Amino acid sequence: HVEMGPPDPILGVTEAFKRDTNSKKMNLGVGAYRDDNGKPYVLNCVRKAEAQIAAKKMDKEYLPIAGLADFTRASAELALGENSEAFKSGRYVTVQGISGTGSLRIGANFLQRFFKSSRDVYLPKPSWGNHTPIFRDAGLQLQAYRYYDPKTCSLDFSGAMDDISKIPEKSIILLHACAHNPTGVDPRQEQWKEMAAVVKKRNLLVYFDMAYQGFASGDINRDAWAVRHFIEQGINIVLAQSYAKNMGLYGERVGAFTVICSDAEEAKRVESQLKILIRPMYSNPPINGARIASLILNSPDLRKEWLVEVKSMADRIISMRTQLVSNLKKEGSSHNWQHITDQIGMFCFTGLKPEQVERLTKEFSIYMTKDGRISVAGVTSGNVGYLAHAIHQVTK
Amino acid sequence: RPGAAAETALPCLAAYRTDEGQPWVLPVVRKVEQMIAADHSLNHEYLPILGLPEFRAHASRIALGDGSPAISENRIGSVQSLGGTGALRIGAEFLRRWYNGNNNTATPVYISSPSWENHNSVFVDAGFKDIRTYRYWDAAKRGLDLHGLLEDMEKAPEFSIFILHACAHNPTGTDPTPDEWKQIAAVMKRRFLFPFFDSAYQGFASGNLDKDAWAVRYFVSEGFELFCAQSFSKNFGLYNERVGNLTVVAKDADSVKRVLSQMEKIVRTTWSNPPSQGARIVATTLTSPQLFAEWKDNVKTMADRVLLMRSELRSRLEALGTPGTWNHITDQIGMFSFTGLNPKQVEYMIKEKHIYLMASGRINMCGLTTKNLDYVAKSIHEAVTKIQ
Repeated sequence: HVEMGPPDPILGVTEAFKRDTNSKKMNLGVGAYRDDNGKPYVLNCVRKAEAQIAAKKMDKEYLPIAGLADFTRASAELALGENSEAFKSGRYVTVQGISGTGSLRIGANFLQRFFKSSRDVYLPKPSWGNHTPIFRDAGLQLQAYRYYDPKTCSLDFSGAMDDISKIPEKSIILLHACAHNPTGVDPRQEQWKEMAAVVKKRNLLVYFDMAYQGFASGDINRDAWAVRHFIEQGINIVLAQSYAKNMGLYGERVGAFTVICSDAEEAKRVESQLKILIRPMYSNPPINGARIASLILNSPDLRKEWLVEVKSMADRIISMRTQLVSNLKKEGSSHNWQHITDQIGMFCFTGLKPEQVERLTKEFSIYMTKDGRISVAGVTSGNVGYLAHAIHQVTK
Repeated sequence: RPGAAAETALPCLAAYRTDEGQPWVLPVVRKVEQMIAADHSLNHEYLPILGLPEFRAHASRIALGDGSPAISENRIGSVQSLGGTGALRIGAEFLRRWYNGNNNTATPVYISSPSWENHNSVFVDAGFKDIRTYRYWDAAKRGLDLHGLLEDMEKAPEFSIFILHACAHNPTGTDPTPDEWKQIAAVMKRRFLFPFFDSAYQGFASGNLDKDAWAVRYFVSEGFELFCAQSFSKNFGLYNERVGNLTVVAKDADSVKRVLSQMEKIVRTTWSNPPSQGARIVATTLTSPQLFAEWKDNVKTMADRVLLMRSELRSRLEALGTPGTWNHITDQIGMFSFTGLNPKQVEYMIKEKHIYLMASGRINMCGLTTKNLDYVAKSIHEAVTKIQ
């Protein structure tokens, strides 16, 4: 009576990678940052914060349902900017969520219960694979707007604007704040401005997913530009944040869900409803990661150190993109690989076709998802040459 | 305020307190935390969707017992969850989708009257449309209404889901005896009722892990398929790390495989994968014989203090000659006690004596200390003699 659930496609890639005995094998399906030795990276500021926390020997009493207040306030300020009118006036509520997924889910459940204008959530085509089941399990319906142009491996801006301008008023639209997952294709600022104008005209409920603030360009303000611009245009967005990548806190599940409200009074009411949703899900959130993130964001020294470290992670990714392209040129590839450096963030839509991906795996032990997506985090200065060589072999 | 330590105004803040009225981080937890903090080979990578493997296996062993036939027959599964609440929710979501048909939101869910107030919300939010109560607390005799309970089970539609408190019933502190559990199991088996255990106090209730798991293990030995939502908040004092485990006992290994594959899908849209810290602490403790022994000792310390407060309170009330019978104070078990005080008497306690009880007369035994026992006993005496 219980069907076997379908195997996870990304997990399948990792399983196959593990079984491969080729010493040159590469796992480009990994959704976590790796250093230039291909190892997981625990940020120094995180280690320092952890040591400070351990030394304090604090108790283990329950957090409030909405989470650690020092964390949620700092998280809102990080996203909105310290000079944000919305932040300073207190016309927002931020609750701690279980990383990006948990924050998205709280928001989805909240909209299902209270946003009666529409049941439809519009996702970019393509979007993160987990968006669809999250919104579906929350009781909402999924629609799509054009986004990625496979012909150019970049943004189909006119297609996106065309679709968005036709979205029924008061529907929910999900936008990736930066480092679009899985394509790495982000709108430019002028394009964001046009999107904001249309979205405002259509009176859409804007749901931002920001999982890579700081991790995309290396600059936390630049990566939050779209979020802040929309709010400045008078669009009261909702926002899910994750600290999995930008603080390397993956398994500690640190995230936040924010609702920009018309005033502080509305924010109080929204908060009470969010708590009613959270309590029957897991009662109150886990403290460890939130304490680490809070200490980092609220301590001037640690925060400074964090900004340097997140930039260095972003810089390494950007540098791998650059090296991949220059190596492809060196290999003699005649294709245009500019999209690899135009795209941003952890992931890259190479434009490789399924047959080419299969050859990469079979002949070169390079593992990625069938859609041609690679995780640039899995590329190192030690293997970028090999990767370029392999890609050239299957595309020449 | 002498009475303040007995306070538990907010239901979700049920936490152990020392004799000084302070929170208590278990010494073994402190030790393991420092070990983890010093171990720089550890990182913060994602756990698997279902959680830390060593945690899952050992957590389920704790509930079912090392010698469990279900374990040796390879028909158990585990889902690391965010506290007991998270385990309940994942279990509820699964049952709504896959139990008694597909997406059968009409399957009745029975919750004891009274119960932890969040039980209702968990099953409502999981999509169940027919939540009912089964009789449990007999206010007149201040004990279990076994007759009413069994009658409600007889009348329940087949395949109904019953939420059972494994031990230390919240809020009454009143548990069925082993013989009563046997009667309950017999009816449930005959009526094809599904047991969903909520085990939030294993070890914390009697001081003995096996004793507190007797009911769950009995049901397993009787061949039931069941769920057991475990919390390590109280028995490990890990409240804010959100450490829980949903133990699944199925009829065979293939069932477990299929169930877990669907659990993964549910977890993936709720929190993707669970938090690492608390599971690491529990797993480290349970996999080391020495730390495990230390933990059992710490748990017994907590349980013993509560048991002592119960017996001390009862003996004082009896010495004062407080009208009524007070054996229920020591018959009951766990963190909470249904004193039997009526709402007016409760109001007196709060307003005049600054001792905070729930309107139901529920008291948090952890709030009692050697310093306030006399005051609390005298106050109860006053409330009962002055207010009717």
